[in-house]
Amino acid sequence: MASVVIRDVEKAFGSTKVIHGIGIDIADGEFVVLVGPSGCGKSTLLRMIAGLEQITGGTISIGERVVNDIRPKDRDVAMVFQNYALYPHMTVYDNMGFSLKLRRADKAVVDERVKKAADILNLSTLLHRYPRQLSGGQRQRVAMGRAIVRDPQVFLFDEPLSNLDAKLRVAMRTEIKALHQRLKTTTVYVTHDQIEAMTMADRIVVMHDGIVEQIGTPLDLYDRPANLFVAGFIGSPAMNFIRGRLRRNGTGALIEANGGTRLTLPNEVPGVDGQEVVFGIRPEHLELDDGDANGAGLRAEILVVEPTGAELQIVAEAAGEQLTAVFTERHPFAPGEPVTLCPRPDAIHLFDAETGDHL
Amino acid sequence: MATVVREAAIERRESRLARIFDHPTVLSVIFMLPAGLLLTLFLTYPLGLGIWLGFTDTRIGRPGAFIGLENYISLFGDGVFLLSVFNTLLYTTVATVFKFAIGLWLALLLNNRLPFKAFLRAIVLLPFIIPTVLSAIAFWWMYDTQFSIISFALVEFGLIDEFIDFLGQPNAARASVIAANVWRGIPFVAICLLAGLQTISPSLYEAAALDGASAWQRFRHITVPTLMPILSIVLTFSVLFTFTDFQLIYAITRGGPINATHLMATLAFQRAIPGGQLGEGAAIATAMIPFLVAATLLSYYGLQRRKWQQGGKDD
Repeated sequence: MASVVIRDVEKAFGSTKVIHGIGIDIADGEFVVLVGPSGCGKSTLLRMIAGLEQITGGTISIGERVVNDIRPKDRDVAMVFQNYALYPHMTVYDNMGFSLKLRRADKAVVDERVKKAADILNLSTLLHRYPRQLSGGQRQRVAMGRAIVRDPQVFLFDEPLSNLDAKLRVAMRTEIKALHQRLKTTTVYVTHDQIEAMTMADRIVVMHDGIVEQIGTPLDLYDRPANLFVAGFIGSPAMNFIRGRLRRNGTGALIEANGGTRLTLPNEVPGVDGQEVVFGIRPEHLELDDGDANGAGLRAEILVVEPTGAELQIVAEAAGEQLTAVFTERHPFAPGEPVTLCPRPDAIHLFDAETGDHL
Repeated sequence: MATVVREAAIERRESRLARIFDHPTVLSVIFMLPAGLLLTLFLTYPLGLGIWLGFTDTRIGRPGAFIGLENYISLFGDGVFLLSVFNTLLYTTVATVFKFAIGLWLALLLNNRLPFKAFLRAIVLLPFIIPTVLSAIAFWWMYDTQFSIISFALVEFGLIDEFIDFLGQPNAARASVIAANVWRGIPFVAICLLAGLQTISPSLYEAAALDGASAWQRFRHITVPTLMPILSIVLTFSVLFTFTDFQLIYAITRGGPINATHLMATLAFQRAIPGGQLGEGAAIATAMIPFLVAATLLSYYGLQRRKWQQGGKDD
């Protein structure tokens, strides 16, 4: 096991720069998830840690050792690929034992370690099958088994669950997390799915257009997003945003949104009078007006009602924006009905409309 | 009343007919019939006629009589025929080995990221798109005793003193025609194998690199086994083409010197057409069939889907 230190790392393909100086410190045994939309550079960064891509600038160290010029096979990292990359002509057993065989490990050692890994992953009965004879989830587990057998310093996962169906994805998510809790190997996990990031990570690195937007624990990012991008990316359904101008009159604050909609804010909110801001509120922090709002809420019209059983989700229109609200109680809503939604004062986010930064 | 009954009967008959035609087996036979007829007419008839002629003493201008295995018995005592069998086996084996060695090497080179890749691939295909007879004539010229450019170049470089007699000595002639066949056969092998190489997912190589495999180990443990299915198909075709080769030999040596480069195909032609012995020529041609069937069977069993290719989805 080892820490991974990424310092000012840059990557350019020809003249196209895709990663613009990234720094991340990953502690020994930590589970870090790199998350971001497609093309943000997260897979490229992972491949640079693995040694499959050259590093254009900066350094990557694994356990004190700078690995920039060290070949992949000498970095002591194991990677699980998106398409699993199982060797089609080898049995599950041979797939898992391949790296040990290349190292001329003793047959008994190979046998012991493969069987142990198979045991952990519930693959013991499948050892003599070929990859084609396995289901998606089983292949996924073999790919992980191949990584475990090597007992590497770092596990790298490149969107390992994106080829699985929704139900299996949830199950494998749990399995990977449990596996990490058991093995405690430093893990870097790439995904575009923020739910995966939230549920699995010790810390999340949110990436966008080749830069790091924010690094923090899942709840940190959820409760205190550093900017509009992180606020919109983390959380499902996504945070609601209303653009407007902040108004202060000494005793109170409010936002003037499009169409003259006014939204009263607590006086403590930051920002100066007249500033262009984006108001953000998470769907579960919108509450129904129970009569004592005194006109402070947002008058909206319900567009869609989406019951999930556990929750009730509505999409409503107010101030020219579509807002999503989530309730744990079952209200008898109907499309077209008016509703007044009150933001919980302690859950309000304000962002500078120009820079996108959290105020 | 009667008309109603008759109409009902017609309807029932129609529906039974419709049901028969809707039956998958019947339907597939009907659809395959035209193709089957064409195949019988244009493939089986000439083949059957050839085999039949091999059992007769037909000559040009004289219908022959059935003579049983006489042609074959005499061929087994015929030194020229036995030499042609040896030549054919030698020609096929040596040419195939070289075609595959060089073809695979070229395919691996072309599979890398190279500048002007499309251009290089087009160049590799050149020998394949030139008509065989034209390239054979070019080789003939290159092997000429007086005007050989190869000899000329070697003399100019001071490597040899006198021109090489490429086509005048048995072994030199064999090597020369094999070289021409290799030159001509490489593109087919290289392009087919290149296509095979491109189906191998790059992530397999990346996974192997992370697993600790050197370049040679990646070739040995990933490329070779995953390329095996297409390799055996290409091998089968290459062996069949080489074994039945006629044009190159006929244009360059016509089987000479002293039958040293006669293949079974050229000998069959020479005996049957210029020699007029249609029956004997047909027997020689028919004698190729067991070899070809053996080669096909070998690759058929080699080609059978390997265990790792079976079951599951393709992805």
